[in-house]
Order: sequence, then structure tokens, then C-alpha cells
Amino acid sequence: MAGAAGPGTGPVAAGGDGDDSLYPIAVLIDELRNEDVQLRLNSIKKLSTIALALGVERTRTELLPFLTDTIYDEDEVLLALAEQLGNFTGLVGGPDFAHCLLPPLESLATVEETVVRDKAVESLRQISQEHTPIALEAHFVPLVKRLASGDWFTSRTSACGLFSVCYPRASNAVKAEIRQHFRSLCSDDTPMVRRAAASKLGEFAKVLELDSVKSEIVPLFTNLASDEQDSVRLLAVEACVSIAQLLSQEDLEALVMPTLRQAAEDKSWRVRYMVADKFSELQKAVGPKITLNDLIPAFQNLLKDCEAEVRAAAAHKVKELCENLPPEGRETIIMNQILPFIKELVSDTNQHVKSALASVIMGLSTILGKENTIEHLLPLFLAQLKDECPEVRLNIISNLDCVNEVIGIRQLSQSLLPAIVELAEDAKWRVRLAIIEYMPLLAGQLGVQFFDEKLNSLCMAWLVDHVYAIREAATNNLMKLVKKFGTEWAQNTIVPKVLVMASDPNYLHRMTTLFCINALSEACGQEITTKQMLPIVLKMAGDQVANVRFNVAKSLQKIGPILDTDALQEEVKPILQKLGQDEDVDVKYFAQEALSVLALA
Amino acid sequence: METKLPPASTPTSPSSPGLSPVPPPDKVDGFSRRSLRRARPRRSHSSSQFRYQSNQQELTPLPLLKDVPASELHELLSRKLAQCGVMFDFLDCVADLKGKEVKRAALNELVECVGSTRGVLIEPVYPDIIRMISVNIFRTLPPSENPEFDPEEDEPNLEPSWPHLQLVYEFFLRFLESPDFQPSVAKRYVDQKFVLMLLELFDSEDPREREYLKTILHRVYGKFLGLRAYIRKQCSHIFLRFIYELEHFNGVAELLEILGSIINGFALPLKTEHKQFLVRVLIPLHSVKSLSVFHAQLAYCVVQFLEKDATLTEHVIRGLLKYWPKTCTQKEVMFLGEMEEILDVIEPSQFVKIQEPLFKQVARCVSSPHFQVAERALYFWNNEYILSLIEDNCHTVLPAVFGTLYQVSKEHWNQTIVSLIYNVLKTFMEMNGKLFDELTASYKLEKQQEQQKARERQELWQGLEELRLRRLQGTQGAKEAPLQRLPPPVATSGGQS
Repeated sequence: MAGAAGPGTGPVAAGGDGDDSLYPIAVLIDELRNEDVQLRLNSIKKLSTIALALGVERTRTELLPFLTDTIYDEDEVLLALAEQLGNFTGLVGGPDFAHCLLPPLESLATVEETVVRDKAVESLRQISQEHTPIALEAHFVPLVKRLASGDWFTSRTSACGLFSVCYPRASNAVKAEIRQHFRSLCSDDTPMVRRAAASKLGEFAKVLELDSVKSEIVPLFTNLASDEQDSVRLLAVEACVSIAQLLSQEDLEALVMPTLRQAAEDKSWRVRYMVADKFSELQKAVGPKITLNDLIPAFQNLLKDCEAEVRAAAAHKVKELCENLPPEGRETIIMNQILPFIKELVSDTNQHVKSALASVIMGLSTILGKENTIEHLLPLFLAQLKDECPEVRLNIISNLDCVNEVIGIRQLSQSLLPAIVELAEDAKWRVRLAIIEYMPLLAGQLGVQFFDEKLNSLCMAWLVDHVYAIREAATNNLMKLVKKFGTEWAQNTIVPKVLVMASDPNYLHRMTTLFCINALSEACGQEITTKQMLPIVLKMAGDQVANVRFNVAKSLQKIGPILDTDALQEEVKPILQKLGQDEDVDVKYFAQEALSVLALA
Repeated sequence: METKLPPASTPTSPSSPGLSPVPPPDKVDGFSRRSLRRARPRRSHSSSQFRYQSNQQELTPLPLLKDVPASELHELLSRKLAQCGVMFDFLDCVADLKGKEVKRAALNELVECVGSTRGVLIEPVYPDIIRMISVNIFRTLPPSENPEFDPEEDEPNLEPSWPHLQLVYEFFLRFLESPDFQPSVAKRYVDQKFVLMLLELFDSEDPREREYLKTILHRVYGKFLGLRAYIRKQCSHIFLRFIYELEHFNGVAELLEILGSIINGFALPLKTEHKQFLVRVLIPLHSVKSLSVFHAQLAYCVVQFLEKDATLTEHVIRGLLKYWPKTCTQKEVMFLGEMEEILDVIEPSQFVKIQEPLFKQVARCVSSPHFQVAERALYFWNNEYILSLIEDNCHTVLPAVFGTLYQVSKEHWNQTIVSLIYNVLKTFMEMNGKLFDELTASYKLEKQQEQQKARERQELWQGLEELRLRRLQGTQGAKEAPLQRLPPPVATSGGQS
């Protein structure tokens, strides 16, 4: 696109003559070399400004060589540089000159620090797209080859990430070379390089011709999957997903499945964990037939693995696995081949396993339908609701909506209640906080009557919790409940109880009244606010404690807009004016702020 | 063994293990009391070693080795070794007590025998011995109970099968140390794969295991010359992975300790491979978060290198300056300690090469608001050798540190630091009064120049920014407008073209 760059660069270069003398490169380079790292970093981050000032030609001939030569710096500076260069194509004169950016990025791709290297590779990948096919073969591919045969492992690991971006646009002869280089990195001497190659194997497979996948990628995959280091083997599992998508069922069975079966039974728990973790992707990639024959038995083994980590990862996938089974026969498979193992997990010795299961198990009810849910799943839900670990109970409660749709929550409510009560009184405030968050949802599903009978007292009890975060959450909870159940309900059940606290001997509780009023006034509307809440707030303006008084001022500011002008002028204004003369500075400050916000001053 | 509390759980109580796991769902009593659901004790450890062979045969005690005639000794030894290859479940501490006892007794006897009886280690028993050791020690280490295991703060998880494992390690060690041991025979079995698996075990959380491994690997390194290069290479792979990929490996200190003694034995001149190990592995190891766990061993290795070859000093010091901690004061103190150790052995000719950047860093440390860092840096002036180096090079060192010291002496919050700085300034004055006076005189001027420079910098960037905006407009607008001249140029240090 030299034509597009022309009109832009031409006049600038001409008009820039005067500027060039103003900004000799030496000054700019001084900035880039400043002794203070922070200043150096700032300069690098504005590299595009410098390049613009220099113009495209001098950026190419002066700035880039400088950057290439002085690559030894703090990693933080290098990181910023690597990032900048990825977006530099326009500043060196467009795609025709994109290759000028390769030398500094090549050096950056070989440094020790991983984040710098990764960023350089990312920028190189970006720039590769801007190369013309000819420039790609003339400049980019040679760079990849140099990196791939570098002395130190860092350049070879960086090379791994570049094969897939240049392969599709290379000529056949070059393609063969690229494949050759990738092959040798897969059997590199250092495990770091093999790991990098293994992690890019899937990506590379996707851009290869099918024949090459079968004849070259599959053997590489098989080798990496039986590497002596488990850190390499586990990466092959990830590649397996991509490779499986490319092959026909027959090829899959013959070429990939033996390796996958082996991975699911690997002696290292990390590899088995990876299989469990990637299970849904694997399931989709291999299709329903192989899933039934191979993956289900493998999954059963993972669910009863000797390491809790593996069991937990598998438990996480239970719902997705079931969902992705073909609809016909699904129920039978789940009931006969999955459910027995799930039942075991409900009483697992490890809490992470149980809580992983609890976070997905409710999802099975939609798949299995009403009768199966009541007969088989419900006992499991109920058992988990009584689990010793609060996280398990919370996970069940937070997914109640799935069950609600299938069997209605009533089936559970008898057991829910004790579970909720116990969580509500848990010694850890974070657990209490978590259950409060689910209250509006529960209230909606259990209905107002059940709520009033069983849960209302809990919600009020949280208002006087000794942890502020709980009191605050309880206040918000009330607001959400009022939105759900309406103002009449609020007026009858909530508001009186909140207002009673205004004369509590504990000033923290008195303040809670104010916070509740702040939260509820809008939902309750003008009438309730004016008739019931306002008098209490005004009365509290005479409180002994300054914190209460300035919160009165804040509350008035908050509820002011809901009130009518009469109430504002006749009731609110005098009180605020009085507070404006308070002896406490904070009270004065907030009273005056309220007066001016409400335009009463 | 201690049961670790899992994160974010209710406090578990190890008592009342006998409760039935979950009461039947239909017997809901509304409000179950909390006491009813005392947690069962959590299994604190698992070990992937124990994936059971289900058809386990019973072990029966064999006759004692010392009770059989010499002609039957080796046959019995083989049978004992085979017996010791049977694995037991230590998570279930009451399972198969009899079998565990038989194995323990057999192991004890083997340890005794290999350590004291001559003529036991004949060629045919080597494969049996290595097989028994491999079966017992090589296992995938279990996942850490605590993913954020901090070796300084947390209690390590101890290996449950230690009662047997310890005896196996002890046996292995005595086997290697036995006067009858023949490396030429053993090298068929103790091969690269064996060593690789041995190295992986260094990640064990159990310090007792790592201690054995350390001694054993050291012996292996000593006795198997053919494996030395391989061991060194694999160690550096472990370190590089630790630095750049994982930041987690429990045995770094132990491996460094072995390397310390290996480096000690390097022949001169050092091979490129060894120098590369120093520069590309040991120096970057300083950047790891958990440095404190292995810093002593690491610093020892570095100093060993410098004692071997003083020309590496510049590389090392520049490397340390590159990885100098920015925010972690605890690590900064360690760096200062190591730097002093290096300076203790530095040659004056090397000192000259790095004095300026080094003392600029030292000055930055003195100005640290953390008084321990400042104090540690100021202790350099208590070291007579360092002081003599400073004195010999005061024309470079003084200007590098003076400004900072002078400023900090007026500003530091901590009185101890201020008085230490006064002492240092006093030393300077005595060292070279004339230079000191000159520096004091020029201090103010320099401050002003700095401010001036900062102003100029701001103007430069402002100008550049304006120019950028105008050029952007120029590129966008179809019609070109001649660019206006900018404000006069700023500090042109060395013009061009």
C-alpha cells in the first residue's frame, strides 16, 4: 500500500525539514538512555511520538538500528519496547517496510525474561500478517529459522510460537523446511523447548495439510505424550483436542486414541488432571461414538482417582459431560454409568471434590427430568446441604434455580431451611456474606409466606451483626427484598422493625437504621418515606453521638429528592440548619453539603 | 503428623471420627446442631505412590541373613530385596501392620548387612538392589496440600511412608558408600533415566527426604563420572524452569548445596559451559520470589565461582545490579549481603570496572526509607577491605554517592541512619578533604542543574507531542500546510548531521 502511505509521508517529510534540526536523534536517544529507569521507561512508552517526530525514513535508518544495538536494559523497559514495536508498521512506512522491525524484535525474542520474550513473539505474530508473501519468505521465515536453531533455549522456545503464522502463506518448499524445524524442536534436548513446542502443536496442526497432520504431527504428538517429563506430557493433552478435530473417526481411533487412553491413566496425577480438565473439549473433539466407548470409562476412573485434585477436576465436568451426550440413550448412560460414581463423590473425603461437585450437580436435574431428580438426585442434594463444609452447602444453594425449574423448590425447602440457618450463623463472616447474597433469589423462589415465616428473622438479625460488611450487605438485601415483595410488604414487615432500632442503646445499630432508610426510601416511595421514615431521621438529629448526627445529614441528603417541597422546607431545612451549627466539624460539613445539594441553602 | 487446615473452611476438629458421614435425608429435624456435624479428620496427605496392586500377598518373615550359611546368603538376600519391593498403604495407619513390620525388619537387616558385611555386593545382586530402591523411592509426588506453600511460613507435609522410605534411603546411601561398591557395575542400572527421576524427587516437601537425596546425589556425582555432565545439565533445567516457568520447586537449596561443592572442584580454566551456568542460571536465580529459602547456598556458589576466576566479577556484579529488587526490601538486604561477600574477595582491578554503577546502587539503598536496607548498605563502610578500595578510587566513588548521602543525611526519618551517614561523610572528609569540599560546593549547583534538566525534558516532550499532533493532522488532511517552526531547540547535547 505504498500509494496510501505516499500522500501522508510526502508532505510531512518535506515540511519536516525544519523540525529535523530541532530534534536531533541524539537528544531523543539521550532520553532513551537516561540513567533513571523510570524516565527511560517513559521515553520508550512514547516511542511512537519519537518516531513520528523523526519521520518514517529516519525511524528506519536511525532509530531502529539504535534500538537493535542497545537491547540490554531492564526487563520492564524491554517489555514496553516489545509491545510498542508490534504497532510500529505505520511509523516505518507501512507494510513494505514492516521487515525493518524484525531485527530488534528478534533480539527481544531471545532474552531471558519470559514476559519480554512472549511479548516480542506476540508482536512478531502481529507483524507477520503485515508482510507480503514475498517479504515473508525473504525476511520473516529466515528469522524463524534463526530463532529455531539458536544456541540458548530462549530463542528456540520463541520460535515455537511463530511457525503457525508463517506456514499458511509460504511456498511448498519453504513449508517443508518449516515443518522440519518444528519437528526438531519437538525432540529438543531441553524440556523448556519441548514444552513450548507441545503447547503450540495443536495450533500448528490446524494450519497444516491433512496429510502432513497424519504423517508428521501425529508421530510428534505420540512422542510428546510419552515424554519422560510429565510437564511435557500434559501439554500434549491440550494438543490432542485440536488434532482430534482434524481427523476422521477412523484415523482418530487408530492414530490418537491409544495415546489419549494412555494419558488418562498416566502415572503422573498432573497428566490425569489435564485430561479431566480438558474433558469437555476432548469429548466434543472425538465425537459421540468414541465418547461412549472410551471416554466414559476413562471418566469413571478419573472420578475415583486416588488424587483429590483429579477427582475435583473431573467432578467439575460432570454436568457438561452429561449435557454433551447424544440425547438418545443419554438418560440410561447417566443413570447407569455416571450416577453411581457421583453418589460416591457426595461423601468424598476431600472438601474441594465435594464442593466442585456441588457447583454442577444441580444442573443434572434439567437433563434427567422430574422423576429421576426426585428419586435419585434429591437425596444427593439433601446430603450436600448437610455437608460439614460451608462451601459445599453454598454451592448447592447458589444453584437452586436449576432445580426450581424441574421439581420446584418446595421439595427442598424442609432441608434448605436448616442449611440456610446454619450458614447464616456461620462463624466466618465471608460465609454469612455469601448466603446473604443469595437471599433475594431464595426469597423469590420460596415465596413470601415461607419467607416471612422462616427467613425474615434472619434478615433482621444480620442488621445487628458485629461485622460491618454483613450489616451493609443486610441493608442492601432488604432493599432487594422490597423490590421483590412490594411496598405494602415493606411497610408491614420491614419498616417497623428497622425503625425500632433507632432507639437502640448501641449507636452502631442506630446508624444501621439510617443506612436502611437510605437504601429503602427509594423502593418504598414518597408516602412511606415522608410519613414513617422522615420523623425518625429528624428525631435522630439530636443524638448524643456525632457519627449518628452526621449520618442524619447524609440520610437527609439522600432521601431529600423523594420528599415533597413542603416537607423539605418545613421539616428538613430547620434540622439541617441546626446541624450546620453543630459543634462537631464533620456534622457541620455534611449538613452544609446536604443543604447545598438539596438547594435549601 | 499434623493435619493442615484447608483454606476457607470451617474449623475442623480432629475428634469424633466415628460419626456416620451423612444422616439419611428423610430424617430432617429442622435445626441440626452444629456439634452434630463435627468434621471428620481430613486425610492430610496422599501419595501417588500408592496405587494399589490389589492382590497383595502376605509377607512372611524370612530367616535372618546372619543365620544362613554363606552359600545361601545371596539367595536369601534376593528374597529379602523382593520382599522390600512390596508397597504398603501408610495413609491407613492400621492396615496390614504385620506386613509393614516384616518389611521394616527386612530393611533394617539390609541396612545393617550392606554397611558391615564384606563380600555381599556381588554383581548379580545389583539389579535386585536397584529395582528395590526404584520401586520404593520413585513415585509421582502428591499435589501440595497448600498450593501457596511458603517454605518459610508453613509446616511442610511429611511423607507418610517415611518409616520405610527412610530405611530405603539409608540402605541406598550405605550401598553407595560400601567399600565393595563398584561403579562400573552399577552404572548399567544407575543411568540417566535413574538420575532424572532422582532429581525430580528433590521437589519433595519433606525436608528429611531432601536431606537424604542431597547426600545420595552427591555420592552419585562423585562415583559416576559419566553422569556428571548430565546431572549438571538437568540441574540447570530444573533451575531454569523454576525461574521462568513455575517459581516452585522445593529442593533448590539442596541442589545448590551440591553444586557449591561441585563448583569447588572445577578445574581451571573454567569451561564455557560452567561460565554460562553462572551467568544464565545462577544470576537469574536471584530474581525468584522465594530467594530467602536458598540465598545462602546461592551466594556460596557465586563466590566459589569468583574465587576460581576473578574475571567473572564484572559479569556477576552487573547481573546482580540488573536483578536488584525494586520493591522487596527483604531481598534487598540479602543482595547487599551477597555483594559484600563478593567485595570481600574482589580484585582491585575488577573493582575499578564496576565501581560506578555499583556505588550508585549502594547510594540508592542508603536512601531507602526502609532502615534495614539503608543500614545494611552503610555497613559497607565498616568493612576495612571495602574501605581501602573506596579510598584507592575515591575520585570515582565519592562523586557517585556524595549527592545521595548528603541529601539523605538531612532527610532520613531514622536517627541511627542519619548518624551512620554522618560517620561515612566524616570518613570521606578524612579520606580526601579537598575533594569533599569540592563536592559540597558543587552539590547545590548540581541540584539546580537537575531541575533545569527536568524542565528541559518537559519542554522537549511537550514539543514532541505538539509536533505529533500536527503531523497526525498533516497525514489526515488532504492539503498540506507548511509546518510552523517550533519553539527554540532544547538542550542539544551533541548535534547531528
